Amino acid sequence: MAGAKEIRTKIASIKSTQKITKAMEMVAASKMRRAQERMRAARPYAEKIRTVIGHIRLANPDYRHAFLVEREVKSVGIIVVSSDRGLCGSLNVNVFKQTLAAVREWQQKGCEVHLCLIGSKSMQFFRRLKLPIAASVAQLGDKPHVADLIGAVQAMLAMYREGKVDRLSLVSSNFVNTMTQKPEERMLLPAETVDASELQARWDYIYEPSAAELLDGYMMRYVESQVYQAVVENLACEMAARMVAMKSATDNAGSLIEELQLIYNKARQAAITKEISEIVGGAAAV
Amino acid sequence: MANTIHVDIVSAEGEIHSGSAEMVFVPASMGEIGIAPRHAPLLTTLKAGEVRVKPAGGGEELWFWIGGGALEIQPHLVTVLADTAARAKDLDEAAALAAKQRAEEALKDRTGAIEVAEAQAELARAAAQLKAIEKLRKLKRG
Repeated sequence: MAGAKEIRTKIASIKSTQKITKAMEMVAASKMRRAQERMRAARPYAEKIRTVIGHIRLANPDYRHAFLVEREVKSVGIIVVSSDRGLCGSLNVNVFKQTLAAVREWQQKGCEVHLCLIGSKSMQFFRRLKLPIAASVAQLGDKPHVADLIGAVQAMLAMYREGKVDRLSLVSSNFVNTMTQKPEERMLLPAETVDASELQARWDYIYEPSAAELLDGYMMRYVESQVYQAVVENLACEMAARMVAMKSATDNAGSLIEELQLIYNKARQAAITKEISEIVGGAAAV
Repeated sequence: MANTIHVDIVSAEGEIHSGSAEMVFVPASMGEIGIAPRHAPLLTTLKAGEVRVKPAGGGEELWFWIGGGALEIQPHLVTVLADTAARAKDLDEAAALAAKQRAEEALKDRTGAIEVAEAQAELARAAAQLKAIEKLRKLKRG
């Protein structure tokens, strides 16, 4: 009987695949917990600096920083945050879809679009489209640091300062819960105001040293922290998505094995029946 | 409430301290400043050094080391934004250039070795899958 051995090999190979997907699921689960903690740890800074920027917008300085002033939009910059590795379901594809929708919308308005790509998956995807890529950074690992992102962010800020980009936004996955990750576009520059009604109407800061220098530093830190927050959140999303994807892969492998086992049993039964009937036939002939 | 001020010390990679204080000392770039409650609104940058917090209601003075950062003072609130990355203008510019270069290389290098290997691996996987499906079909029919 030729089929039985083949089926047995097949079952063994699916079983080993199942072991791998099971292991990946568990690794992703434990990494997700750590990534979520990191996401939580990064939140206070991002919130604080957003409040500070909101205060700065409400102040009445003589000096108006370029990052706070709205200009006519002729070209836009989009920072895309994706994962470095695949096998995480539709996470990256959803982000790319959202990005493409935004790109198309701006192009219809006759705007140029410059991209800043974070994560190797976005690089692989957007390289094929003929869009100008201003900066990119990849291979951030499981513990991304702000220092790794400074370069890419600086490149985009320089473009904004030089007037090559009039609006800067960020597309990344939003961690809703383990099962759901939603792609989201957020505007970074010009900075939005936050509500801070407890402050008096007319006042200004004491600046030490000069307002220009200070605000530059603040805006830089603001954008960096927002991007960092997005990267950390994306990591948590990636792990959650991978966990779910690997779980369903493990389940699928399980049902495939069951099916194959049934086929194998039937084939074995048929072979035995055949053999018996041959023996019986042979005995009757004697 | 009148004679205490709320202090938040945060870095991008985590919250460091939050609570009310009687007095806060920070290493501002123009020299150390002491902040009492109802300080005038002030923005400044910080250099590397220690932040000292005298907690409200007495108790031991708290020390935090920071590697530079930014500071915002509102009459009722002090926010210390500590940097996690050592930074200098030149360093930042170099990093920006590197990011640009990476993007350019990624564009030029359309048939990078890594991609070819990746594509081959994917192809092999797909072929194996097809074979498995075909075999399964044959067995079901037979």
